Amino acid sequence: MHADMERVAGEKMMLNFGPQHPATHGTLRIVLELDGETVVKATPHLGYLHTGFEKLGEHLDYNQYIVVTDRMNYLSPLSNNFGYVLAVEKLLGLEIPKRGEYVRVIMAELSRLADHLIWLGMGALDLGAFTAFLYGFKEREKLYSIFEKTTGARLTTSYTRVGGVLRDLYDGFEEEVNAFLSAFPKTLKEVHTLLTRNRIWMDRTKEVGVISGEDAISYGLTGPCLRASGVGHDLRKAEPYSSYEDFDFDVAVGDNGDVYDRYLVRMEEMVQSCHIVRQAMDNLPDGPVNVPDNKIMLPEKKDAYGHIEGLIHHFKIIMDGHGVQPPRGEIYSATESPNGELGFYIVSDGSGTAYRIRIRPPSLLQYQVVPHMIEGGMVSDVVAVLGSLNVIAGELDR
Amino acid sequence: MSEEEKDTTNSEKSPAVFERVKEQFQDGVLDLSEEFDELSIVAHKDFVYGILEFLKNDAELSYDFLVDVTAVDYSQMEDVLTKYDYARFMVVYHLYSYKTGHRLRVKAPVHEKELSVRTVTSLWKGAAWLEREAYDMFGITFENHPDLRRILMPDDFEGYPLCKDYPLRGRGERETFDFERQNA
Repeated sequence: MHADMERVAGEKMMLNFGPQHPATHGTLRIVLELDGETVVKATPHLGYLHTGFEKLGEHLDYNQYIVVTDRMNYLSPLSNNFGYVLAVEKLLGLEIPKRGEYVRVIMAELSRLADHLIWLGMGALDLGAFTAFLYGFKEREKLYSIFEKTTGARLTTSYTRVGGVLRDLYDGFEEEVNAFLSAFPKTLKEVHTLLTRNRIWMDRTKEVGVISGEDAISYGLTGPCLRASGVGHDLRKAEPYSSYEDFDFDVAVGDNGDVYDRYLVRMEEMVQSCHIVRQAMDNLPDGPVNVPDNKIMLPEKKDAYGHIEGLIHHFKIIMDGHGVQPPRGEIYSATESPNGELGFYIVSDGSGTAYRIRIRPPSLLQYQVVPHMIEGGMVSDVVAVLGSLNVIAGELDR
Repeated sequence: MSEEEKDTTNSEKSPAVFERVKEQFQDGVLDLSEEFDELSIVAHKDFVYGILEFLKNDAELSYDFLVDVTAVDYSQMEDVLTKYDYARFMVVYHLYSYKTGHRLRVKAPVHEKELSVRTVTSLWKGAAWLEREAYDMFGITFENHPDLRRILMPDDFEGYPLCKDYPLRGRGERETFDFERQNA
């Protein structure tokens, strides 16, 4: 018996975690080397959802590509639409009307709320807290109804256009969002009472998956994961885009860089997002949402169907080599997406299609730190860490 | 005309980072430009590691955050090709400074004959996967990289998908895909 124990003691067990494991949220796969319950080595394997989005960008025109951006971070498609068109507009040197900017900010912040709610629900569910999941998804459902009414789709929103948005907000948008905003703090409070001082939740999340601020910068972390490590950096403050300088909000910063702090930072970000949406709605300027430039924007549908001039206009925009054609050059434009810095590097050769589009995905760099965070920890912590990072496979693999 | 404009803007206020880099690495710097309010440095590939190290560690510039590493295949852009002695690829680094809030792009032309650049994983840990992706997509190797494997494509995949000569719909990989059949 004793000899057997000694023989087994040095042996490592390989555990294939994912890509179908429910806690891997999509198609993540980590090969874990275990000594008992301790993770000795973790090797992430990715590419299960590789779709060639960057290659597609070299073959689709600038407006067609908006559809592809929906599919990157499918929990917050509106933020991706937003980040992408800002990049193209920077290349074109376009400035869109104030109302358009505000509408985009409102939608992006609502989508941040939706993203964080799913993260909250799924992250809590992974650790066994079922009620928080139900609360999160109930609120998210209200947001998705608003998205559906505004954009025509729940998930594949494709709401923005180069030079503006698909359409202005619908009548009654304000009432519905106000109703949501007044009911939402109650839900957040309920989640706080369920989790924040919950002994089990604290035991599972505190001092788990710790990363220092210095390491977080070195690993290229951005967004809530960086801020949880004590680096108070937010692109909305540091490089305000699309009128973010008009709004008053705080940047949530953590101390310890563990799962618990990432949870608290995201919870506070939801409060701040509500704050921004409220300010944007209160000060929503009148006027058009799109640039008044017929060489960029499609005509109104009634013109395209009703007049020959409108039809020709429509045709000219849609036809290859006649529509949106930015000058030659290259730009990098970054926005603060719910997960962190979402950047688009576009090289233009002056035609209607990009020469190269590179997406700088926050999820890729977030997933890269997983071995650093879980090696030496327990196998059950893997689930907590993965949940807290909110890695989205669509954006990870592109 | 555009060259004239460029010259005047450069002489008016040449950014400090350009001055410093030029002073330090005279031969290594091939081009300095400012377009769309963005600063770019094109550097010889043998100098690029030194430049990035300098930019990161210099107390004043302090470009401490590596935003992105990627590459561009310029084989279908004739003027860029001729400008850099027919170097097909350009490895592109995006930097950001938490201290000053400035962004900077550093590019290194790479010839197809010697497709390699020194890795920056010793400067930034996060570079490991970004460089793996550039390797996977373009076939550019990064010397001394700790773990240079394919990252998104399968290990046995042939070719480099983001090269301009790789067709959009692939080279028939889908048609010849070997399905594993269940035992009947």
